Amino acid sequence: MQVNENFEPVIVAFCCNWCSYAGADLSGTNRLNYPTNVKIIRVPCSCRVNPMFILRAFQKGADGVIICGCHPGDCHYTSGNYFTRRRITLLYSMLDFLGIERNRTRLEWVSAAEGAKFAATMQQFTEDVKALGPNRRLEDLRCRKQ
Amino acid sequence: MQRIGVFVCHCGTNIAATVDVKAVAEALGHEAGVVIAQDYQYMCSESGQELVKSAIREQKLTGVVICSCSPRMHENTFRKAAASAGLNPYLVEVANIREQCSWIHKDIATATEKAIILGKAAVAKVALNTPLTSMESPVVKRALVIGGGIAGIQTALDIAEAGFDVDIVEKNPTIGGKMAQIDKTFPTLDCAACILTPKMVEASQNERITIHSFSEVEDVKGFVGNFTVKIKKKARFVDETKCTGCGLCTEKCPMKKVPNEFNMGLDNRSAIYIPFAQAVPKVATIDPNYCMMLKTGKCGVCSKVCSAGAIDYKQQDTIIEQQYGAIVVATGFNPIKLDKYDEFAYNQCPDVVTSLELERLMNAAGPNGGTLLRPSDKTHPHTIVFVQCVGSRCDDEKGKPYCSKICCMYTAKHAMLIREKYPDTEVYVFYIDVRTPGKNFDEFYRRAVEQYNVHYIKGMVGKVTPKSDGKIDVQASDLLANEQLHINADMVVLAAAIEPDKTARPLATMLTTQMDTNDFFTEAHPKLRPVESATAGIFLSGACQGPKDIPETVAQGSAAAAKAIGLLCKNSITCNPCTAHSDELMCNGCSSCEKVCPYGAITYIDKEFRMPDRTTKIRRVASVNPAVCQGCGACTVACPSGAMDLSGFSNSQIMAEVDAICK
Repeated sequence: MQVNENFEPVIVAFCCNWCSYAGADLSGTNRLNYPTNVKIIRVPCSCRVNPMFILRAFQKGADGVIICGCHPGDCHYTSGNYFTRRRITLLYSMLDFLGIERNRTRLEWVSAAEGAKFAATMQQFTEDVKALGPNRRLEDLRCRKQ
Repeated sequence: MQRIGVFVCHCGTNIAATVDVKAVAEALGHEAGVVIAQDYQYMCSESGQELVKSAIREQKLTGVVICSCSPRMHENTFRKAAASAGLNPYLVEVANIREQCSWIHKDIATATEKAIILGKAAVAKVALNTPLTSMESPVVKRALVIGGGIAGIQTALDIAEAGFDVDIVEKNPTIGGKMAQIDKTFPTLDCAACILTPKMVEASQNERITIHSFSEVEDVKGFVGNFTVKIKKKARFVDETKCTGCGLCTEKCPMKKVPNEFNMGLDNRSAIYIPFAQAVPKVATIDPNYCMMLKTGKCGVCSKVCSAGAIDYKQQDTIIEQQYGAIVVATGFNPIKLDKYDEFAYNQCPDVVTSLELERLMNAAGPNGGTLLRPSDKTHPHTIVFVQCVGSRCDDEKGKPYCSKICCMYTAKHAMLIREKYPDTEVYVFYIDVRTPGKNFDEFYRRAVEQYNVHYIKGMVGKVTPKSDGKIDVQASDLLANEQLHINADMVVLAAAIEPDKTARPLATMLTTQMDTNDFFTEAHPKLRPVESATAGIFLSGACQGPKDIPETVAQGSAAAAKAIGLLCKNSITCNPCTAHSDELMCNGCSSCEKVCPYGAITYIDKEFRMPDRTTKIRRVASVNPAVCQGCGACTVACPSGAMDLSGFSNSQIMAEVDAICK
């Protein structure tokens, strides 16, 4: 597939308040650069992310969605990230079924101390989504910018 | 009709340097529902907050968006400001345009564009915010300190001093921790035991402090102000209340070939033992791995000699359950295992020791009664080589990436003490850097070099080879002189890196606190909240949070105590109002939410509904106890009918944010 150099993907990142959002803050405090394409939505726990939100993002024109939570075993709410892991696994198979590239959705564990990991993950994810090109399959064309 | 106010902060130049704040305010001013959009130098300052407050009053705002630093930083500040101006604090949203925008981007155009989108998402969310009121939850006026080292002891003493009951849980038979094993302390060279043991005694005699020695935390439930903790008191096969600590049993015990942990395995103890003479509580403990009576049923000597009748071979582990308002973690550290460091011959040669082993070898209560002798042949060592940074500042898998902080100073102390006591002994220290930040630390190190003629050599030791004549060949490079050295040493001392105690990881899971990649507990804010964990009601004391020396540990222990006291002083605390709630009309009583709730906050009630035909019907519906709910949102996603929602992070709010970002 031809990669459009000018393509700037829209990426929604759901970050849990306790680990990943703090990790994102830390990468900011350490001035670690990652692309402006990534826009973060704060949720209390990664398990708050309803797969519906992810589909909604794709419908509204997002090109990639990344969910970040605490490492397994480190969840502030004990078990939330385990639920996330299962739900996202299920979502993957549904996305496969729908013919949507699996790489547009990603689940990553980032702790509050991993600012560098957060920046590197976002950098990589943006590049991956760029390589995939714009999301066409799930985008509701009625939602597209006039 | 929404009346939203948007306030964009310059944060000096922190935001304004990369984000065109005026353009952000201008763009957000055109959003639906926004009636006022302003920018200001420092929104968190007194006058900045006043700007927000007066706008709330004058413009009769129904929602406020602050575009500033992370909500983790100042969300509370602005909520308080809103509340004082008569607006519900939960009608305030913060768009993070500093940590997540201006600080990570360089291009003004794209950063401004991103800041506007983040602002729009916050505006879209705040339009759907609902006023929330917090509930009050009572505080149990009792604290738990996990770990009985100097950090835990200091914390417990300070909390008790303030008039609250404290329990110390220590996994070993005695409190005291690592400091009890240390001979002298830097930089004053005062005796560690002389300053520690009075504190241990003080803790045991304080009527507000209960020490659960030889015990471990089994389970933690609950939340700030009201934790329920199960403590397992491991069977020590001795009745603590009867044992007088006379030590007769330890003398008479026929099984005397047990490696003595307190002396780092450098000598042996008996199967029934008191770790050291000043142990608190001074009570014997039977080691079931070695006790003949427990293993084979034949012996019983200790029981026969014990005049107090304290021996109980049938003792079982017991579980105590207790409520606490605050928990302080003080689990401390351990030196790393040196199995992977074959080049230093630690496992092959008994005369290659770690620094903690050297502490015991030099200690008057140690295996040699304070005379420094080689462990192999009990002769006096004439040449001693210290190797620094064994496993510290290491970039491979074998060691730790961080500096262990204390090694430079204790090595200077060891070198100085050896040169003082045995002037005929040559001491070499191989270092990468000598790090001595701290009061009187550099002066101390310089004394070791200048006054005591310790040979400090910048360079790493490549190989340590035990020789057949009992000597040890140390091959090293001198980086400053650029030459290879061979030192014919009698003893080699390795400054092993320190790591968090192994019990810390499972404990962090139980406490739902965060850890970094090295298993040190993460503090709530690295600068401003250094002794609190991100989990409310859990505080951090000592080396469990990062490598620390004794003065720092004591300081942090007291700081953690102060924070815990601050919590215990309150009769009740404000709960997080962002809790789940169920729409009873939509709930079908399926129990999906109950199964995923980690707090057991969801119960089912039978509720009467009026039907359209004016009859009534009783249906089973979910009901959330807001005092127990912590607001994770697991149930909201599990709910198949969409009845469950989370205040503050509702489905519609998050969807609105998604829409605003994707638009």
